[in-house]
Amino acid sequence: MSATTAVNENTRSMMERNVSMDKTSALEMERQADMEAYKTIGSPLVKDAKMSARNVNVFYGDKQAILDVSLDIGRNEVLAMIGPSGCGKSTFLRTLNRMNDIIPICRVQGDITLDGEDIYKSNQDTVMLRARVGMVFQKPNPFPKSIYENVAYGPRIHGLAHSKAEMDEIVENSLRRASLFDEVKDQLDKPGTGLSGGQQQRLCIARAIAVSPEVILMDEPCSALDPIATARIEELIDDLKEKYTIAIVTHSMQQAARVSQRTAYFHLGKLIEVGSTKDIFTIPQHQLTENYITGRFG
Amino acid sequence: MQTTTVFLILTALCVVSFITGRKRSQIVAMQQGGLSTLHSLPNHYGYMAAVWAALPALLVLILWTGFEGSVLHKLVVAQLPPAVQALPAEELGLYYNQVQGFARGAIDSVQLDEAQVKAAAFYRETASTFSQVKAALVFIVAVLGALLALRRITPVLRARNHVEKIFEWVLFGCSFLAVLTTLGIVLSVLFEAIRFFNVIPLTDFLFGLQWSPQMAIRANQVAASGSFGFVPLLVGTLLISAVALLIAVPVGLMSAIYLSEYASRRFRAVTKPVLEILAGVPTVVYGFFAALTVAPFIRGLGESMGLDVASESAMAAGLVMGIMIIPFVMSLSDDIINAVPVSLREASLGMGATMNETIRRVVLPAALPGIVGGVLLAASRAIGETMIVVMAAGLSAKLTINPLEAVTTITVQIVTLLVGDQEFDNPKTLAAFALGLVLFFVTLLLNVVALYVVRKYREQYE
Ligand SMILES: Nc1ncnc2c1ncn2[C@@H]1O[C@H](COP(=O)(O)OP(=O)(O)O)[C@@H](O)[C@H]1O
Ligand SMILES: [Mg+2]
Repeated sequence: MSATTAVNENTRSMMERNVSMDKTSALEMERQADMEAYKTIGSPLVKDAKMSARNVNVFYGDKQAILDVSLDIGRNEVLAMIGPSGCGKSTFLRTLNRMNDIIPICRVQGDITLDGEDIYKSNQDTVMLRARVGMVFQKPNPFPKSIYENVAYGPRIHGLAHSKAEMDEIVENSLRRASLFDEVKDQLDKPGTGLSGGQQQRLCIARAIAVSPEVILMDEPCSALDPIATARIEELIDDLKEKYTIAIVTHSMQQAARVSQRTAYFHLGKLIEVGSTKDIFTIPQHQLTENYITGRFG
Repeated sequence: MQTTTVFLILTALCVVSFITGRKRSQIVAMQQGGLSTLHSLPNHYGYMAAVWAALPALLVLILWTGFEGSVLHKLVVAQLPPAVQALPAEELGLYYNQVQGFARGAIDSVQLDEAQVKAAAFYRETASTFSQVKAALVFIVAVLGALLALRRITPVLRARNHVEKIFEWVLFGCSFLAVLTTLGIVLSVLFEAIRFFNVIPLTDFLFGLQWSPQMAIRANQVAASGSFGFVPLLVGTLLISAVALLIAVPVGLMSAIYLSEYASRRFRAVTKPVLEILAGVPTVVYGFFAALTVAPFIRGLGESMGLDVASESAMAAGLVMGIMIIPFVMSLSDDIINAVPVSLREASLGMGATMNETIRRVVLPAALPGIVGGVLLAASRAIGETMIVVMAAGLSAKLTINPLEAVTTITVQIVTLLVGDQEFDNPKTLAAFALGLVLFFVTLLLNVVALYVVRKYREQYE
């Protein structure tokens, strides 16, 4: 049974006990219980933060998806975010490069900074922000264009290459860094959608790093891949952290343990516990965290 | 008895059979030890009984109605005096029609002779017997059918499969009818067109540059010998369609982009249905709008710029036709643009592309084949459109590609060929069928290409 169903059943039985109360006030009670102040266990803040979020709340319409989350992402570290599905990992990740802006009903409160600069300030240019904070999605989503054009897309729109030779170089370097170049070097003009799932995802990583971002956000990048393709992506993430800061959402605890230095555990929109990956997986402090990583939830 | 009454009785019988069948299946099942012994639901047994009551009776009704007239004719004619029976077929037909008319009370007796009055009385009598027999027969067949079905109800009877099978056959019958009528139309057009090509050589028709279908209907009539070159019509059709598409495609496409990418949900929810209502305005309304408002306006505008514009111009017709198909193009493109996965937009926006760049570089290229398919569908609508052109573009079959002149189209010529007096073996009339055939092939071709393109596009994201 997943965590959400467990919780839903709790609330249902709670509501059944209060049959005399009408439905709205029952929901109201539930909401207030949810909104109760809580304290994240562990060390959400780090010294040399690349990005930091303070007291972030995110709403979809009336529904609150993130509750008062404060969390830092250290320079050149890999931060893993885990938690049952629907707990708001993707939502939080997407606040970091303002991808939530494209969802009309989504509202973000709180402070989020990149190198100390507020990314939600009124004159922030999302074009520049997203060039610095790139994103890799859950399902590989290459454009229905050639492999070359997929990687060249970002540099084109940001005007990073001034000649064909420069563009060739950017494309080659990006593909190399995504450890895809050797597999596709003879078919750069073939459609990117024709690659295997794992290759497509590496192509998407190459596409993201082609604009030289500083931070890469990955939302369950391996959930659609087989174990071998997953292993290659994990190796790649390990290499990439030399140059980039990485935040990765994953539903696999093994993956979090393998690739990350720090791990954050989310539950129903709250950041329950965060700490070094080793600590979280060996000596979890919070009961919910322990339940989750020992598989009692998932 | 009226056929309507027979129908009502039949319907009532069906309902009764349904209820009885359902009840009976329950009773039978109870005797065998509970409802669970039934193979199918009680309702299925009910449907089965109803179907058995209805279908054979309907068949009898249809056959009877089909043959009633000719049998009646035979009987009445046999009653007539031998002298009348010996009349030539046409006169006998006229004679019989008068009898029939009088019997039904449509004409009065003054014009008739005695034999006819007598025959009419006989006609009336026989007809009423017939209708009673018909009602009785239908009733008996229905009851028999229902009883037969009810008798067969046992728990092991696979009523569900039975009903499903019958339902399938009924559906098949309907679709067969639809295909058959379409085929019939195409074939009849084809045969008439072949008759036309027996008089006018196919090459003259396909490559002739002159269209003036005036031909003598009577031998002594003064008229042109007629020339049936279809090229001016094709060019006129394509010219008007091109003008229409030049207007409809950019406007429709851009509004589709706005609606699917920029507009708020509320705006979209209001605008899309309203624009789609435009597609439902009868084309004759657009037609007089074109003829009375747009054509004079274009003429005036042209004159003020020193251009020579015909009072009925391809421009006016094309413009209004374009306005007519804007909602069509918009609605289709909107659906196609929405079908482009959100993940592609996110990928592009996530790279820091603007909305505009995302649309131009990702969404539109991905949607392009589908949009092309939509445009081809719009083109086949424009080519088939008649009313607007009749009213606004005129009838003169001039071979020109100047949109400021009056031209005519295939559909308009079909209309004019068939309006007024005509003989069905005159090439002038038959030419309409030839044009219809050509039109059929052109739109068929466009539709096939469009469907092919659209289908290919669909596979891309599956
Ligand atoms: N576009 C959206 N509109 C409304 N609610 C959303 C939207 N996206 C996510 N949510 C809600 O926000 C909550 C968190 O979702 P999400 O961040 O996708 O969780 P996770 O990635 O951890 O599975 C869920 O309850 C989900 O229903
Ligand atoms: Mg998610």
